[in-house]
Amino acid sequence: MLVPNQDVNHQTNSILPLTLEGVHYQVDGLQLLSDISIQFPPKGTITIVGPNGAGKTLLLRICHGLLSPSQGRILWADNAKALVPGVQSMVFQRPVMLRRSATDNLMFAMKASKVPVEQRAVRLEQALEHAKLSSLKDRPAKKMSGGEQQRLALARCFALQPQILFLDEPTAHLDPVSISHVERLIHTIAETGCQIVMVTHDLAQARRLGSFTAFMKGGQLVEFSETETFFTNPQSEALSAFLRGQDFNNN
Amino acid sequence: MNLRVVCLLGSLFGLLGVNSSYSEDRFITLASTTSTENSGLFDHLLPVFTKESGIEVRVVAVGTGKAIRMAQTGDADVLLVHHRASEEVFVEEGYGVERFDVMYNDFVIVGPDGDPASIATKSNVSEALQAIAENAVIFASRGDDSGTHKKELSLWDSAGIDSSKRDSSWYRETGAGMGATLNVASGINSYTLTDRATWLKFANKGALKILLEGEPPLFNQYGVIKVNPERHPHIKHADGQVLIDWLISERGQSLINDYQIVGEQGFFANAGK
Amino acid sequence: MQINTYIAGFLLIYIAKLVKYMYRITFMNDSASSFQTALQLVTSGNPELVEIVALSLKVSLSAVVFASLLGMPVGALMAMRSFPGRAALITLFNSLMGLPPVVLGLVVYLLLSRAGPLGEYGLLFTPEAMILAQTLLVLPIIIALTRQALSDLHVEYAEHFHSLRLSMRAEAFALLWEGRYALLTTLLAGFGRASAEVGAVMIVGGNINHVTRVMTTSIAMETSRGDFTLALALGIVLVSIVILINAMVSVVQMRERRHQ
Repeated sequence: MLVPNQDVNHQTNSILPLTLEGVHYQVDGLQLLSDISIQFPPKGTITIVGPNGAGKTLLLRICHGLLSPSQGRILWADNAKALVPGVQSMVFQRPVMLRRSATDNLMFAMKASKVPVEQRAVRLEQALEHAKLSSLKDRPAKKMSGGEQQRLALARCFALQPQILFLDEPTAHLDPVSISHVERLIHTIAETGCQIVMVTHDLAQARRLGSFTAFMKGGQLVEFSETETFFTNPQSEALSAFLRGQDFNNN
Repeated sequence: MNLRVVCLLGSLFGLLGVNSSYSEDRFITLASTTSTENSGLFDHLLPVFTKESGIEVRVVAVGTGKAIRMAQTGDADVLLVHHRASEEVFVEEGYGVERFDVMYNDFVIVGPDGDPASIATKSNVSEALQAIAENAVIFASRGDDSGTHKKELSLWDSAGIDSSKRDSSWYRETGAGMGATLNVASGINSYTLTDRATWLKFANKGALKILLEGEPPLFNQYGVIKVNPERHPHIKHADGQVLIDWLISERGQSLINDYQIVGEQGFFANAGK
Repeated sequence: MQINTYIAGFLLIYIAKLVKYMYRITFMNDSASSFQTALQLVTSGNPELVEIVALSLKVSLSAVVFASLLGMPVGALMAMRSFPGRAALITLFNSLMGLPPVVLGLVVYLLLSRAGPLGEYGLLFTPEAMILAQTLLVLPIIIALTRQALSDLHVEYAEHFHSLRLSMRAEAFALLWEGRYALLTTLLAGFGRASAEVGAVMIVGGNINHVTRVMTTSIAMETSRGDFTLALALGIVLVSIVILINAMVSVVQMRERRHQ
């Protein structure tokens, strides 16, 4: 793309932290995000919760650069580096798989992200191993179950070794066993030093995985704090109501 | 993936590569008529010529009118057609160098076995055509500005039946080549004018047979003309001249006379006579 | 796959019977012998027949290859991006899919004629001229069908590819590869149109023996000679090729289901 191919190296050249400056987003006169400003901590998993229509997914897409804010800016510690393929990655609610084998899906992503050829085989093996998909590596990705596909999507990001990984409700459509598999995999990825930013509807999950948690409502970022504090000591009335499951005002 | 695509394309082009071993580098384009082509004469003559001269002849067979226009725009090197008046105009206007007689055959009027207009009993062509018009028996015309078509129109004019009298209830224009028109005539059992060679070669005669032949107005002279290189510098005039010289030579002329269609002589060489 | 092979087999037999029947009712006198001669021509690999079939395949396949190299990226681009005039372009290409081959033949003739703008290259009445005409004939089909096939895929993959920061070129190639099975049908449609048309090749090729004589122009000419044997033999080959290619594509498309 715009930036010449560089070797991605976490230690020397981090793009974190991510900062949002007065981000607005509107479509056809509808204000979907209003004035979101925050600097995320450079380390630790961030979970984002909130009612439907709060703008969580939208915020994720804007952070990842899939959409541009109507106003405001997305800033990284190294803005040029943030554009390099493979430095940031995203997994969608429904996994997007190419009509190819599991292996070829990972190889395609690594090639697109300019992972050096000699590293690809090793990374492929590792990623599939962590996702417990090694035995399915030759299976057509589209033929896998929902849980397997979601793990494959995560394995695909894993192989890219991004600095930050955005997850949009990755377990929304999965059964409990698959959920625990996926959560374990997310945990593994987080341990490699990759920052995870994850939207979820599952408050327990947000608490299990998060170091920090954000609450969004009506297009605004209402509250952001360390996860433990977030759940035990909510500051705003809106969050308290949400946590009590009494959020009727919005609808 | 890329490797596979490259292999696929490579093999495709490989497949396409097996070709053109049959086309020689040295060739000329001959604009001629469907009746000549349909008669099979070229299949008899040209392989011999190519073998003796090393020049391939690519025949584009269309109506005489279109053949002349092709030669005018420089899309052919040599013209071999059969409508003397148009040919002479072509040379006079500077499109052609010189016109040579090559051969002749004749036209015949064919029609249904029963001969509903009784043209076989008429003493000349004009009377025959008048009988067809009076009885309004169906007649299939080429209608394609070809040499045969031009000849047919001149015969109608001589018979005093101009275009206003040729009613579409019986006068049908096919706008097609000689063989295609014969197919139509055979299909609807109508009269039509055809050159003898095409008729002899034609395999789908059905109930048609020759009803009128041998009359002087039915004479059919073929001429050959080289396209003028002064008009079109890209014309292969040297090789074109080789073909013309060969056609009117003793060798070419005797080969023309040798050509038999179902046991009959198809063309009569008459160069330089 | 087996079922399809059976259907293709039955179709072939049925068409052969139909042709034979039509031939019988048209020419009661010596039908069986003519049809048999035609079949013999086909099965014995008559050199004249082989030459004509080979040239037909060369011209039509080349046209499809060139039209695909040109049209698939364009079709992919039209599926991927919106730009001013896109709707008008889509309408234009959809309409051109039905362009009568003779009209296109006439246009190419006028372009390539010595009196025309490209006259100096002397391409009229050559196989290259026929390939050019058929390429232009097939191009709108390739573009329009590629666009249709890739539009849905684009919706499915747009965000993923954006997330991977693919360049427009890489994205187009990836989409084309994902749509490869649907695109086979596109190729087939293009080849069908090219190999079956007679109008354009007759005008720009001139039906020159050993040079530009292909199956369809040959059928037209032999028919006009009233000699139906070779015409019929070529007809049999033409139909067989189309059925064969259709069957091959069906088999390949069976595999598609494995991946979806």
